[in-house]
Amino acid sequence: MTEFLLILVSTVLVNNFVLVKFLGLCPFMGVSRKLETATGMALATTFVLTLSSICSYLVNTYLLAPFELEYLRTITFILVIAVVVQLTEMVVHKTSPLLYQVLGIYLPLITTNCAVLGVALLNVQAELSFFESAVYGFGASVGFSLVLILFAAMRERITVADVPVAFRGPAIALVTAGLMSMAFMGFSGLIKA
Amino acid sequence: MKKLFRFPGGIEVPQYKEISITQATKKAKLPARLVLPLHQHIGAPAEPIVAEGEIVLKGQKIAHATDYVSAPIHAPTSGTVSYIGDREAPHPSGMRAPCIEIIPDGKETWVELTSHARDYTALDPSSLRNVIREAGIVGLGGAGFPSYIKLNPGPGREIETLIINGIECEPYITCDDMLMRERADEIVAGVLVIQHALQAKRTVIAIEDNKPEAIESVKSAIKQLAEDLIDVAVIPTIYPAGSEKQLVYAITGEEVPSEGLPVQVGVVCQNIGTVAAVYRAVHHGEPLISRYVTITGDVDSPQNLEVLFGTIVEELVAQCSDNVQDIKRLIIGGPMMGFAMHSLNIPLIKTSNCVLVDRGRHSQFSGREHIMPCIRCGACAQVCPIKLLPQQLYWYAKAEDLDQVQNYNLFDCIECGCCDYVCPSHIPLVQYYRFAKGEIWQREEERLKSDKARLRHEFRERRIERDKQEAEERRRLKKEALHKKATNAENKDPADEKNDPKKAAILAAMERVREKKSSQKINPKNTDNLSKKQHQLIDEIDERRKRQRQDEQQSGVD
Amino acid sequence: MLSAILVLVLLALVFGLLLGYASIRFKVEGEPLVEQIDSLLPQTQCGQCGFPGCKPYATAIANEEADINQCPPGGEATIHALADLLDREPIPLNPENGEEAPKTIAIINESDCIGCTLCIQACPVDAILGAAKQMHTVIEIECTGCELCVPPCPVDCIDMVAVENNIEQWNWPSPIKALEAPLVFLETTKSSAGKASS
Repeated sequence: MTEFLLILVSTVLVNNFVLVKFLGLCPFMGVSRKLETATGMALATTFVLTLSSICSYLVNTYLLAPFELEYLRTITFILVIAVVVQLTEMVVHKTSPLLYQVLGIYLPLITTNCAVLGVALLNVQAELSFFESAVYGFGASVGFSLVLILFAAMRERITVADVPVAFRGPAIALVTAGLMSMAFMGFSGLIKA
Repeated sequence: MKKLFRFPGGIEVPQYKEISITQATKKAKLPARLVLPLHQHIGAPAEPIVAEGEIVLKGQKIAHATDYVSAPIHAPTSGTVSYIGDREAPHPSGMRAPCIEIIPDGKETWVELTSHARDYTALDPSSLRNVIREAGIVGLGGAGFPSYIKLNPGPGREIETLIINGIECEPYITCDDMLMRERADEIVAGVLVIQHALQAKRTVIAIEDNKPEAIESVKSAIKQLAEDLIDVAVIPTIYPAGSEKQLVYAITGEEVPSEGLPVQVGVVCQNIGTVAAVYRAVHHGEPLISRYVTITGDVDSPQNLEVLFGTIVEELVAQCSDNVQDIKRLIIGGPMMGFAMHSLNIPLIKTSNCVLVDRGRHSQFSGREHIMPCIRCGACAQVCPIKLLPQQLYWYAKAEDLDQVQNYNLFDCIECGCCDYVCPSHIPLVQYYRFAKGEIWQREEERLKSDKARLRHEFRERRIERDKQEAEERRRLKKEALHKKATNAENKDPADEKNDPKKAAILAAMERVREKKSSQKINPKNTDNLSKKQHQLIDEIDERRKRQRQDEQQSGVD
Repeated sequence: MLSAILVLVLLALVFGLLLGYASIRFKVEGEPLVEQIDSLLPQTQCGQCGFPGCKPYATAIANEEADINQCPPGGEATIHALADLLDREPIPLNPENGEEAPKTIAIINESDCIGCTLCIQACPVDAILGAAKQMHTVIEIECTGCELCVPPCPVDCIDMVAVENNIEQWNWPSPIKALEAPLVFLETTKSSAGKASS
């Protein structure tokens, strides 16, 4: 039990995928202008990450490893991720066409989100068990969602604030992201590796 | 004495009340003309029921209420209606509004009045409310809500507490104070009427602790007229204790729900001036035609006057001051919640409780100090009596983000001005909230209008489609019918003529007539002794008939 | 080598079937996005955007065939609302389609009207009352100011009149604009009551 808790805390706070590992920065900057959009994106990414983490583990363990096809890892993982993303797209399109329109290109771009592939590969590298992989994937997505939603809320407030002209728009957003990253450095050492 | 509660936030402001309580209240001089706007209350404007040139008596109804939420208007004195139309209104926009203008004749002749002094307890609640409605009584605390509606809590609702608001928390204003000192007996009698109408379990008159004379006066009136029926609650002087929601909390500890009414927590509030007016209406039959108004600020002799509605402000200021020159600003209302007017030529109405004159002699009236950027100090949030976040409301109102500003409960803001007062950057916060509220109302109206236009457009499309289809249908049927006739005509058999049922019927009928004629020997009369002209006519008709028959036979009747 | 190909082909088949099934199961019917966009448009049905009505324009926005700044009657408010809905940047109104003008309504000059019903047929919201050879009149509260009735009138008897603001519809102006304007003080040099009060 403590194992899972440790993995969760590690992926959500200590080794946060966005602010510490600097993966998945594209949707982080691109979808965080409005809180509702960010929440939608966070949910979609959580679904994709967790599911693809599980599927990647299964494919690796029962299809690749027995036939010694580890060199096909990258392409099969991408295949799995792409299928899960396509599934998610269809579900989003059906349940919330507005969110689908608003997310636009960023929804299929979850496929190229390095955090998703990163989790799949790191699972294999760390030789985690099935449940550990699932929790790792889930924790990574929770960390991603947390940071995305926090950042979106802050960007909404920055939009109406008195920002100097030179800093308006993406500039102040990046500065804010840097400050957030520094804040998350405070979690390092929380868990003795 | 029951326990009191301290409402959140609020500020302590310098009172400046001593200057206007040095003399007893006098009646203001009868003015040369009275201008009565038709919209002196919350709700639908009243409609005039008199015409130009008509002579009216004091207290006569000159405009009737047009809706459930509306109030009638009465002539404050006897005279002639000189004009019905647009005049300058006591409104912050400076625009004109429909008014009835009366030139007093100086005689102050009253209209016939009906008193219910002895029998108001026997009246059923609806009739009692009607008396109050017909007297044109609205909330005199500043909002002007028709009072009779508040006296109807609704079926199944019990009123726990009736609170009479004698707080008067705004600086400079002392009209309620003087009313309590001078007419406490009328107030208590009025409270008893309202208590009877609402059947409230507990009645409290709330007075701020900076009015010791008023407290004494009211307490002794209660002792005389209503011992043990009414409590007096002395509230510490904090602005805005006199605001309805804050007062309800202070007395009962109950919080009025967001965008809700005190009646939802079993409380009804009435202003002390309204109560005195109810007394006059029920006991003496007098409609609401005057009120106590404080004339104060930079005037030579600040005081309270009993003013007839429709009196022009300039005349009142002239009664309290040597001249009306050098007035930089004229504020109707108090320094926290009053509005600056554009001219002195405006009338006072039911909701005008104070005339505040600013000639620039005192520094507390800032014009427009240097406004600096918001430093996010949060002082505004600490003083907000509704526990809102004025800083967030400010940022979103400034950015015109109308959805977010509503998420922060903009419509719960009572515009008291506490946040404005404490802001170290002198930002006019309340102006931003008023602007945002106006924008949201306007947007709602436009949305309703555009929804209606869309429905009409869609209906029109459907109607055109339906007409087109019906026309198609008709054309199709006609074509078929023609086609059918054509085929029938081609296939017609001479033998069929005999078998044609229609023709057979006609022949049969003709047979019957012939038989009848011969059997009954019906002789046409008047055929003897015809003149030559008549013979000629008969011949012509016969000729015509013969020709017709020949034509018919030739074309062939279908 | 063979095993690699087989594995990949197997994976592709399985995923292909899964996606095929999903695409049927999650098929999208109707155009809910178009309705949402349409509800933000002013429904003037004037055609200034280049489309024959508000619904076609909404459809074009949904299909990304038109930009959000084509509607003059909606003006800036509509552009901001659309930008908010679709999470895009608000852009200035396209000047080619017209300027954002104060609201006007059509008034028929009754002494010139000949009762031809051409304007009745042109009005997209049926705001004109009348019949052949009878007097025509505009129902003011239903008129959206689209100006589609003005060209068909053969005697040119329809005028577009600005809607006047009255005290009941007045709202507080934006403090930003009000603060830029000079502070207005009371003028008390003349006594407006007519009596010498000093």
